[in-house]
Amino acid sequence: MSFDLNFIGILIGAIMASSVPLILAASGELITERSGVLNLGVEGMMIIGAISGFALMVVTDNLFFAVIGSMFSGLIISLIFGLLTQSLLTNHVATGLALTIFGIGMSAMIGKNFVGIPGKEFPLLFPNLKESIPFLGPIFFGHSIILYFAFGLPFLTNYFLKKTKTGLIVRAVGDSPTSASNQGINVTLVRYSCILYGGAMCGLAGAYLSLIYTPQWIENMTGGRGWIALALVVFATWSPIKVLIGALIFGGITILQLHMQAVGLRIPVQLLSALPYIMTIIVLVIISRDSRKIKLNTPTSLGQIFYKEK
Amino acid sequence: MEVQLIKIEKRSDVSRSIYFLTPVLAIFLTLFGGGIIFYILGFNPIEALKFFFITPISDLYGLSELLVKATPLCLIAIGLSFCFKSNNWNIGAEGQLIFGGIVGGGVALLFYNHDGFYVLPIIILSGAIGGMLFAIIPAILKTYFNTNEILVSLMLVYVAKLLLDYLVVGPWSNPEGFNFPETRQFSESARMPILFDGLRIHAGIFITLITVFLSWLILYKTYLGFQIKVSGLSLKTAKYAGYKGKIMIIIVFMISGACAGLAGVGEITGPIGQLHRNISPDYGFTAIIVAFLGRLNPVGIIFASLIVALTYLGAETAQIFLQVPKYTGQVFQGMILFFLLGSDYLLFFKIKFLGLKKNEL
Repeated sequence: MSFDLNFIGILIGAIMASSVPLILAASGELITERSGVLNLGVEGMMIIGAISGFALMVVTDNLFFAVIGSMFSGLIISLIFGLLTQSLLTNHVATGLALTIFGIGMSAMIGKNFVGIPGKEFPLLFPNLKESIPFLGPIFFGHSIILYFAFGLPFLTNYFLKKTKTGLIVRAVGDSPTSASNQGINVTLVRYSCILYGGAMCGLAGAYLSLIYTPQWIENMTGGRGWIALALVVFATWSPIKVLIGALIFGGITILQLHMQAVGLRIPVQLLSALPYIMTIIVLVIISRDSRKIKLNTPTSLGQIFYKEK
Repeated sequence: MEVQLIKIEKRSDVSRSIYFLTPVLAIFLTLFGGGIIFYILGFNPIEALKFFFITPISDLYGLSELLVKATPLCLIAIGLSFCFKSNNWNIGAEGQLIFGGIVGGGVALLFYNHDGFYVLPIIILSGAIGGMLFAIIPAILKTYFNTNEILVSLMLVYVAKLLLDYLVVGPWSNPEGFNFPETRQFSESARMPILFDGLRIHAGIFITLITVFLSWLILYKTYLGFQIKVSGLSLKTAKYAGYKGKIMIIIVFMISGACAGLAGVGEITGPIGQLHRNISPDYGFTAIIVAFLGRLNPVGIIFASLIVALTYLGAETAQIFLQVPKYTGQVFQGMILFFLLGSDYLLFFKIKFLGLKKNEL
């Protein structure tokens, strides 16, 4: 049996593409969580991003507006979460759930008239190099610009959190909001910004799905990716680089499952589809057992309500 | 000069009447918000809201459908209230419902050519046990491996859905069913008795009501209920009092899993009568809203389940009359929870209108 190196390259390229929405959403949520806010609305923000991106593409016929618009609508919908949790001091878990339920419903309502409309071709960079270089071509070239951005994002996030003053402030707010507040930091403002940033990234993740990955609008098309992204943040113990690795593993499982189905292996399709979820649980158990490991980067005040007496 | 018009103060005590009135406020705000959304979409808001909330229950059949939908919602929410009261975030009730349905359905298929009074009770019991076992997984992982129960219970929802899919497509599919993804119809003795001819309301409602009563007994009249409530209010106090925290976590998960499993088995032996891919329209997730809207209180949850059940019916009616997707119901469900949580602010804070005093101007 000949070993087709180019095929492996294409496979790796496909894995990278399927991990993009996970990287984007998880990197955004990571910043939100690092500031001490647990937003379970990732799925809802992603699906809103997906429909707004697609709708804007159809209406304006401009992909740039579509992408920017999806980030903006992710940001707007996360503002609801911000208002509730930060200004009205509601419970993070319940508010996030409400956001997901609301987002799925709202996206279906907006998307009613966009079902069945074919997507537009998204420009891919260096398509010639993808064809002409075997193995490395399909890995490094012929992707959308969003993919390159997504793969750079974890490194940027890491740099931001570890090397910049603003990053330090975000971490301080997440670890000890009271002392941060005593130092004159506006905790609520920092948390608002982190929530909005997370929303924008989730919106972009959704747009990647509806504009590039499966370029069309389907109701509920995020299909649980938002929840996987949330699990990824814990999986990565709140470290951005590990988010990248985790997303590639999950992307790998998704693609592997598709190929095993295509090859006709006698394994139930459903078992393969369940693998990412089962894997998440197993990994969660492994990392959570070691309490030192999980405490290293865990924002101490995660999910706790901060209230400053005025 | 900056003049402060309103002042926000923390309340020293939470008023009980406001505690149960804010859900009503939230419902009105949701209707208002829904009206605005319908208006933006180009509908007459009053007409649309009428189709959503009045038309579905304006006849006997509609009222029966309301109870058919409220039956599982109330049951699951009651179970969840045990978890939420003790600060355990079981958000995988949907998975526990499905797994209960799978186990109960499996037993029903086993008995497909049996007749006898014993068949239905065995099925119901096995469904409850199924849901309970499925809920033990996140509980054990939380207590002994320190794993986040939110994520585990949620991931298990997908696992349960895929397992059900595998079973109804593969080994359990109806041998005479032309490869449709569904099992055989259950035998007559495996079905919940229908209460009135021509309506779908079934005996499952009694299971729900009995469970509500038992839950009230446990929560308000037993030491276990007391422990659950104290742990929810302050973990430190609970530890200091020497409560066995780990066992309690497992117990509340078992209770809520059993309730969700019962809801699942009630659906498949009640309105559905077989297993197929979609045995629940996300009842397990919606029940979370019901639990909160009912203030985690057994009586409150009964009312809340009726209101949230109406959003399901409303979405179905609106789909027919207004051609809006059935997901519209979720917009309302999400809004109810938003407004409810938001109006809780009134519980803990007092807003004082100071007005402008003459000397400040």
